[in-house]
Amino acid sequence: MTAPLESGGSGVARRARLASLTAPAGVALVVFAAVLLAFGKNPIRAYVDIFGSTLGSAYGLSEALVKMTPLVLTAVAVALPARIWLINVGGEGQLYIGAIFATWGALTFESLAAWLLLPLMVALGFLGGGLWGLVSGLLRARGWVSETISTLLMNYVAILFLNYLVFGPWKDPEGVNYPQTAEFTTAAILPALGQSRVHLGLALALAALGLFAFVVSRTRWGLEMRAIGGNVDAARRSGLPIGRYVVGLMFIGGGLAGLAGMCEVSAIQGRLRPSLSPGYGYTGFLVSWMAGGHPVGMLAAAFLLAVVTAGGDVLQMTQALPGSAVNILMAVILFVVLGRRREDR
Amino acid sequence: MQGLRGLLAGAIVSGTPLLYATLAELVSERAGVVNLGLEGIMLVGAAVGFLTAASTGSATLAVAAAALAGALFNMIFAFLVISRRANQLASGLALMFCGVGLSALLGAPYTGSQIGGLGEIRIPGLADLPLLGPALFAHDVLVYLAAPAATVLWWVLFFTRWGLGLRAVGENPLAAFAAGRDPYRLQYQALVVAGILGGVAGAHLSVGVAKAWAEWMTAGRGFIAVALVIFSKWQPLRAVGGALLFGGAISLQLQMQAAGVPISAFLLDTLPYLLSLAVLAVWGGTRRHAAPGSLGRVFQGTE
Repeated sequence: MTAPLESGGSGVARRARLASLTAPAGVALVVFAAVLLAFGKNPIRAYVDIFGSTLGSAYGLSEALVKMTPLVLTAVAVALPARIWLINVGGEGQLYIGAIFATWGALTFESLAAWLLLPLMVALGFLGGGLWGLVSGLLRARGWVSETISTLLMNYVAILFLNYLVFGPWKDPEGVNYPQTAEFTTAAILPALGQSRVHLGLALALAALGLFAFVVSRTRWGLEMRAIGGNVDAARRSGLPIGRYVVGLMFIGGGLAGLAGMCEVSAIQGRLRPSLSPGYGYTGFLVSWMAGGHPVGMLAAAFLLAVVTAGGDVLQMTQALPGSAVNILMAVILFVVLGRRREDR
Repeated sequence: MQGLRGLLAGAIVSGTPLLYATLAELVSERAGVVNLGLEGIMLVGAAVGFLTAASTGSATLAVAAAALAGALFNMIFAFLVISRRANQLASGLALMFCGVGLSALLGAPYTGSQIGGLGEIRIPGLADLPLLGPALFAHDVLVYLAAPAATVLWWVLFFTRWGLGLRAVGENPLAAFAAGRDPYRLQYQALVVAGILGGVAGAHLSVGVAKAWAEWMTAGRGFIAVALVIFSKWQPLRAVGGALLFGGAISLQLQMQAAGVPISAFLLDTLPYLLSLAVLAVWGGTRRHAAPGSLGRVFQGTE
């Protein structure tokens, strides 16, 4: 089922790929409308709210791009290990640990200039998320624990650890009891584009996506990953270091999700808070599976789900729907994608 | 002594939803299906149970409704992994997402509502025994039924024709098919049972323990149950011990908080998850041989 990754291709193939992304979204929109109707809500108004608030104005569009930034990163965090059939569901926890590491950098080296501090925070964020993913990679490489279950469990540990920090040792003494760290210095804030909240993290995310596309389609590593993903036994017999790929890909995947955490804490929050992510790690998983790990598809899926996420916030206000209700919409998209694709591993 | 008694009572109460959830995952995995959607099933069960209790006032009806909802909800997953042969792990996670959203939607009007919930049944005589009497014999009905449920499942799996067929499908669906069993049908049946147990597990959380509804109130118990199945070597009776141990970890954290131990509650809360990871790391590899042979693989039919 490994979809051909070479971008470009014939127009027919490209159109087929586009259809493979839009059809599930269409079905899901209909199903979600039925669910809303069943709960006595007006689905047309809900959709007008979701899409009108995001696609209808320059501000809404920029907010969708803000939400798309972490989604692209957490999606690549899933797609890269998935090249050798590793299922990384730990994006959420890796994002949190990345944010914690980056925050440590921002608070410890606050006197540094931005051109030094920001790269340091990027490196720390990557390292933090990477180490969190590395644990799962090591556990898997030893054959002890499936990475699926360990990444899931570690999400909860990461979120609790962040809460411990902001309610405890890292709490801002001047923060009037709010569970949050002190505000970052301006040097620790990723620069934004004009007056919007779109920030440099978007460029980082797109670079990560581009690098991912390049590595899997144009390098020896990509080829070896395809060999391992295609047939582990044959790859092992031909001497490929499978354990090293398992650990390494989990580290890099975790690092990318950690980078998303760094971006959020630096550009959006400006300080560490418990409300760091509305489930970006999980949504990134969805983005990656929707697109079958295809780079261009992931970009489109990340934008679509960013619109849904941003729209979910709006629904909460205009329709009194719980914010997590849009999870249904996302899940149904994945149901359709999974139900249509034949598993032939 | 007071603390120890509280710990034991707490372990039993917190272990009960874990046990139902573990049995749900166990019956599913015995049929060869890993179900990570259990978390979502529990959430739907918790929400449906709570809203039924809040609107009818009947806790019995609430548990029944939660069981039914769990079974129906699990059929989405069953259709995907059995009929459409979709990837089990990804389908399970999709079910979890759906459960998170659906339960939030169902439960939203009831946030902050008060219910009577499942009443405490004191076993006459036994509950008044000194020392451990109140810790062991003053619980709600689902607590008393949990260990018997594990026993019944053990008996069904190992001493009935249906159980034999189910385990055969989990070990080798092709051989089971050759022996005249219908793997698809048995897997659907296993997932109905799993959905019922998962729904009850959720209902016990909302209607029995918390007597309240909160978004994502299961807090990963569905995933801990997956670890517990490995810990118990896919044996229902061992699951009772495992659930008590993990219930103890949850209860210990509550007891330590109540006793004013100067460790952050957030750090204590990580205990069950770390314990799950440790258990898996120690036994995950060595117990793999105890796993059903075709666990997680997709039966491709005979064509």
